[in-house]
Amino acid sequence: MDAFAAPRPQRVLPGFGLTLGYTMLYLCLLVLIPLSAVFIRSFGAGWLHFYEAATAPRVLASLRLSFGASMVAAVINSVFGTIIAWVLVRYTFPFKRAADAMVDLPFALPTAVAGIALTALYAPTGWLGRAFATFGVKVAFTPLGIVVALTFIGLPFVVRTLQPVIEDLDREVEQAAATLGASAFQTFRRVLLPVLWPPMLTGFALAFARAVGEYGSVIFIAGNMPKSTEIAPLLIVTKLEQFDYEGAAAIAVVMMVLSFTIMLGVNALQDWAVTRHGER
Amino acid sequence: MARRFLIGCALLFMALFLLIPLLTVFAEALAKGVAVYFAAITEPSALSAIELTLLVALVSVPLNLVFGIAAAWAIAKFNFRGKSTLITLIDLPFAVSPVIAGLMFILLFGANGWFGAFLRAHHIKVVFAVPGIVLATTFVTFPFIARELIPVMQAQGNADEETALSLGATGWQTFWRVTLPNIRWALLYGVLLCNARAMGEFGAVSVVSGRVRGVTATMPLHVEILYNDYNYTAAFAVASLLALLALLTLVGKSFLEWRQPELRRTGHARDRTARGNQ
Repeated sequence: MDAFAAPRPQRVLPGFGLTLGYTMLYLCLLVLIPLSAVFIRSFGAGWLHFYEAATAPRVLASLRLSFGASMVAAVINSVFGTIIAWVLVRYTFPFKRAADAMVDLPFALPTAVAGIALTALYAPTGWLGRAFATFGVKVAFTPLGIVVALTFIGLPFVVRTLQPVIEDLDREVEQAAATLGASAFQTFRRVLLPVLWPPMLTGFALAFARAVGEYGSVIFIAGNMPKSTEIAPLLIVTKLEQFDYEGAAAIAVVMMVLSFTIMLGVNALQDWAVTRHGER
Repeated sequence: MARRFLIGCALLFMALFLLIPLLTVFAEALAKGVAVYFAAITEPSALSAIELTLLVALVSVPLNLVFGIAAAWAIAKFNFRGKSTLITLIDLPFAVSPVIAGLMFILLFGANGWFGAFLRAHHIKVVFAVPGIVLATTFVTFPFIARELIPVMQAQGNADEETALSLGATGWQTFWRVTLPNIRWALLYGVLLCNARAMGEFGAVSVVSGRVRGVTATMPLHVEILYNDYNYTAAFAVASLLALLALLTLVGKSFLEWRQPELRRTGHARDRTARGNQ
């Protein structure tokens, strides 16, 4: 444990060895060893098998759907989440506190409950489904239904990331812009957006990451047809039910590597945005 | 003008995605009347699902509570190399799909898993049994308490504890009488969020449970079983109990945020400051 040795020799408080040791042990047993099992098992039948399992048409279709629908949902959340955060910080209106608390509902409501509720609403016989059907739009059991579920799941990430940033904004800068003759849109575009878009990106990334792995709220509304409405996590479950452990592990590894790469990309974009903004 | 438009947009979106789905749960649950509702939630397999859900939370939450306190103590009170890596690793379960969380334990303890033969030889069932459900739930809720405690303990510093020790208190006395009272709201906050997720977890538990009605079905799984049987009213009745739990969690969360406003900043935002402060 040399890597975790303390640089300062004199420690006043007791319990460093005990607590860090317990933390490391628990982390290894519950997280690191089980996670490494997925990676090791995915290559258990050889590289070729891994490649075949990961690039089968049905697998690729499910990955495309999972990542694509998550992307769309995260974009919707970035826009409406920012508006909700703005409204909750800047304006007063009736039931504002209740509305603020409600934002966390997707964190607190079990995903299966959200799943059946959204399905009941958006199914062709459902209250909102019927309304959409009059315009010829089918929501439940189509990719659009998946987007609805993933939007529900991701909303709090964007709102909760933006709220503290908007609270810290200096209103005088906006007022100055308005005094100098900027229109509301110009103020938004030139003054607010440069500050807001890095946290919007963070919120986007968090909502996206959560959506990619989401299972419970999606499977009820999705329809689950191979190659059209079957998400990647569901395909993992299907492979497990067929005792294809290597195939399931291979999809899991591809999912994790892909989301990790996207997160790194978003982080890099964000660092770039912050430095560029700081230099101006 | 812009104000009205934005408030309208925000409220419409929230109504469509949050309020109406929530109301739907209760409306569907009570669609066939109160008698059917109560029959659905007091029927034996529903009761055993409630029992199992409580049992799982009763094991998982304390496990993560002890871990959270230990991790926060080590990370907030001491300086050591690799600290920010450790914080990242603690957050790792949040980045893993619940289905992959379940998959991990199947690969370890399933019939074809690493320890499958050993477990079979000793007649121990982990996967498709209660221990697997507990493991998967504990994994999924792993970071909740630690990530609430770390920033709060970091912000409080070591001065109180050092004073207690210099006045002759033992390490345990210092922890029980000084640290614990200081972190009680953050602790409750973490436990509340951890418990909500533990009771509501679906994906990870669904993979490891085998979904045996009345034996390895937690409440969310019981909802799924009923729903797939086209027993919608009963499914929504059990779901309404989980929705009530969610509402209670939100009320508790708002109360704790009112007691200690620092808790409001999102875990992510606080995380960044936690890492920056070391």
